[in-house]
Amino acid sequence: MTLRTAAETPWSELFSRGARDWLRHNQKVREAVKETLPDIVASEELISKPGNRTVIVPVKFLEHARLRLADPASQQGAGQGRGEPGDVLQKGRERGDEGAREGGTGNGELRFVVELKIDEIIDWLWEELKLPELKPRRTATMDEPDYVREGWDKRGARSRLDRRRTIKEAVKRRAVQVNPVPITNDDLRFRQLVKRATPAINAAVIFALDVSGSMDESQRRLAKTFFFFALQGIRRQYAKVETAFIAHAAEAWEFEESQFFQASSSGGTVSSSAFGLAEDVLRSRYDPGRYNVYFFYASDGENAAEDRLPAEQALARLAAQVNYAGYVETGGVATFRPRDTQLSELFAASRAQGRPVGLSRLSSQEDVWRAIREFFKQEQTRVD
Amino acid sequence: MTELQEYAAQIEALAGRLGLDYYPVDFEMAPASLMTEIAVYGLPVRMPHWSFGVRYIHQLVRQSMGHSKIFEVMFPGDPCRAYLMDGNSLAENTLVTAHVLGHADFAKNNQLFARFHEMAGGNIVEHAAAHAHRIQQAIDAVGLERVEAVLDAALALESHVDVTGELHRGRYSEFVSEKPKSTPSEFQQRYSQLPGSPEQIDLPFGVAAGPVRAQVPPHPEYDLLWFLAHYAPEMEQWERDIFLAVRAESLYFYPVFACQIMNEGWASYWHARLLREADFLPQPMYLSAIKAHSDVVRPYAAGQETALSINPYHLGFAIWERIVEKHGLERAREVRRDEDDFGFIRNWLDRDLAEESGLFVYEAHANEEIRVATKDIAAVREAILAPKFNYGAPRVAAVDLRHDGTLTLAHDYKSDGRGLDVQRARKVLEYVSRVWRRPVRLATANSTGEPVELSA
Repeated sequence: MTLRTAAETPWSELFSRGARDWLRHNQKVREAVKETLPDIVASEELISKPGNRTVIVPVKFLEHARLRLADPASQQGAGQGRGEPGDVLQKGRERGDEGAREGGTGNGELRFVVELKIDEIIDWLWEELKLPELKPRRTATMDEPDYVREGWDKRGARSRLDRRRTIKEAVKRRAVQVNPVPITNDDLRFRQLVKRATPAINAAVIFALDVSGSMDESQRRLAKTFFFFALQGIRRQYAKVETAFIAHAAEAWEFEESQFFQASSSGGTVSSSAFGLAEDVLRSRYDPGRYNVYFFYASDGENAAEDRLPAEQALARLAAQVNYAGYVETGGVATFRPRDTQLSELFAASRAQGRPVGLSRLSSQEDVWRAIREFFKQEQTRVD
Repeated sequence: MTELQEYAAQIEALAGRLGLDYYPVDFEMAPASLMTEIAVYGLPVRMPHWSFGVRYIHQLVRQSMGHSKIFEVMFPGDPCRAYLMDGNSLAENTLVTAHVLGHADFAKNNQLFARFHEMAGGNIVEHAAAHAHRIQQAIDAVGLERVEAVLDAALALESHVDVTGELHRGRYSEFVSEKPKSTPSEFQQRYSQLPGSPEQIDLPFGVAAGPVRAQVPPHPEYDLLWFLAHYAPEMEQWERDIFLAVRAESLYFYPVFACQIMNEGWASYWHARLLREADFLPQPMYLSAIKAHSDVVRPYAAGQETALSINPYHLGFAIWERIVEKHGLERAREVRRDEDDFGFIRNWLDRDLAEESGLFVYEAHANEEIRVATKDIAAVREAILAPKFNYGAPRVAAVDLRHDGTLTLAHDYKSDGRGLDVQRARKVLEYVSRVWRRPVRLATANSTGEPVELSA
């Protein structure tokens, strides 16, 4: 008989097959999650915590299917212990007793959660939905001056000595000289800097939400989901994104992100107030010459009749300053036609005039992705 | 030499005196993590697959909750390989050593084990490691995704092998071997008796035109892994190899599966007896070993009165004790040679023993009510054996392979009593069609017993 001990076979300590295959399982789970992602994220309260950059999705273990018989109405098995025919070993569930057993761990089903980074989700979605990338506006006024390297000179600061070029020069010189010295002052090459304008890569996103009495909770949630993904899409593109949140009913106020979606008012709807406030925000903080500005507005579309003209004018002024203005109309029934409301008419008219404006509508969570896609497509074709 | 090695050597000597007969056993001490993996994968080194990862986590959870403790893992062969847990006490490992010798005796002498041993050779553990190595090479060559697709299909059909057949099995013969001899008709018989007629005449309707190409499969083929490996229209060689590797390992597991109650019972009988007769063990150690023994062979968890499952250690142990007591050790050795669990339970689990052990059949209803249904001995026997029929899998055969490569599988739902779980069956079809690369159909029955056909 031989008896070996683990000390002589340390391979098992170095490498765990179980862990390897478990990680592979988790990878497959993530892939499966990815496929159903638009459904998952639409239902998750993703943006309830600003700055929370991950989302936790509860998932089941993947089952490696095998052929097995369908479950019978009643299952038989062999058991052991005290018991006579007819004895009840476990009581059946009464009707309406469903919840009672929930708390227990009796069914033995294990669940686990995967934590997904929101950036990762957004990347998947952009790939999955083949969404186009945004393009920053390139105009002279947007350029920010910056020093860039350009060319070489024989004189310069020690710190900008280009060693590679210097050696090249030395090699060239020595090739034609007899008894050359290794390096001369004439070999030195220094990098030069010049001041050049570079395109700005800052973006500002202004969200405006109609919080009048006619916007109910579900409509706000739709708007919120849409805003969230629109913002994530823009974040993919710009190094620095600043946001402003405006809620309005008859008047408009600027809010912190955390309070933005809780804001509500019973007043009437005066959209021009929001457009006007957005203009003020631009003027005071986000000079369109220095920022790529995106404006998103969500409303149920019912603007006060007397506000039509002011809203039209305010929108026209705003649309002239932004990269893109998007309008989503929430609520309504499936047969709804976007032309029906005053605001959709205003935005459609603005678009017809060639302004960077888009509109879409949201009646359920499934529409969010369609709307996002439309906006990014419109934005792209416009830029191209 | 460690204490354990000393005791183990003495126990081996004692086992030899008591007539245990086995191939040499290689013992290895393993840390808990490795023991868990060996138990989960079923082999010390085995092919990678994500489903093992799921089982691994479940096992870890059960262990951490104290629901499961692994004492030993033993692989029959020549030599046998046994793994002892290095965290277990000396008493426990001494017991396990004796237990393993019981298994080793069983594996060498039981007919079913012996037949599979002869087919596969004594070193399946090394074969499995070689399979794993080749599969790793395939992963390096064609990528994980493609290899995984093959393993998804092959492992899903793991139990669908013909356990009565041979491990090494060639393709069907291509032609019908001989045309069925037509028995001479009454007229031919009378005609041949006529004076002057030739001994044999070939009437025109008896003439066959050359060899006849045999149908594939010539009969319903239950050895699905073998059939897929040999008749898939477009599988590559490395894919066929994987199917055959899974099949070889599955056949290796079969005797353990089919003799579980006998085998665990036999090993428990012997560890109890060897310890009892091991006068060289100090008294306290004997006591703690016997305590471990009674934990292993108790029918239900401490503090409970019933269990909805049978502990094979307990049941097997009780039956073997009874056989030795009534018929002597020689008869017990014959039973150990001849039976598998089906014969063992049907022939040797009698009414008295079932009564003493408190065996019953229970019925679980959809509303979660569970009742004791009967204590009738025939019903009890069949309830114990029900999960073991056909390697625990539904009876599914390949029945038709068309010229366009369409494969039809048929579930023998009449003998299984009901149809397949459709959702899982679809998933399995999906796995299979990915490597079969042509349409695959599966005939079974729905919940009302009507025939249905699934396809992928």
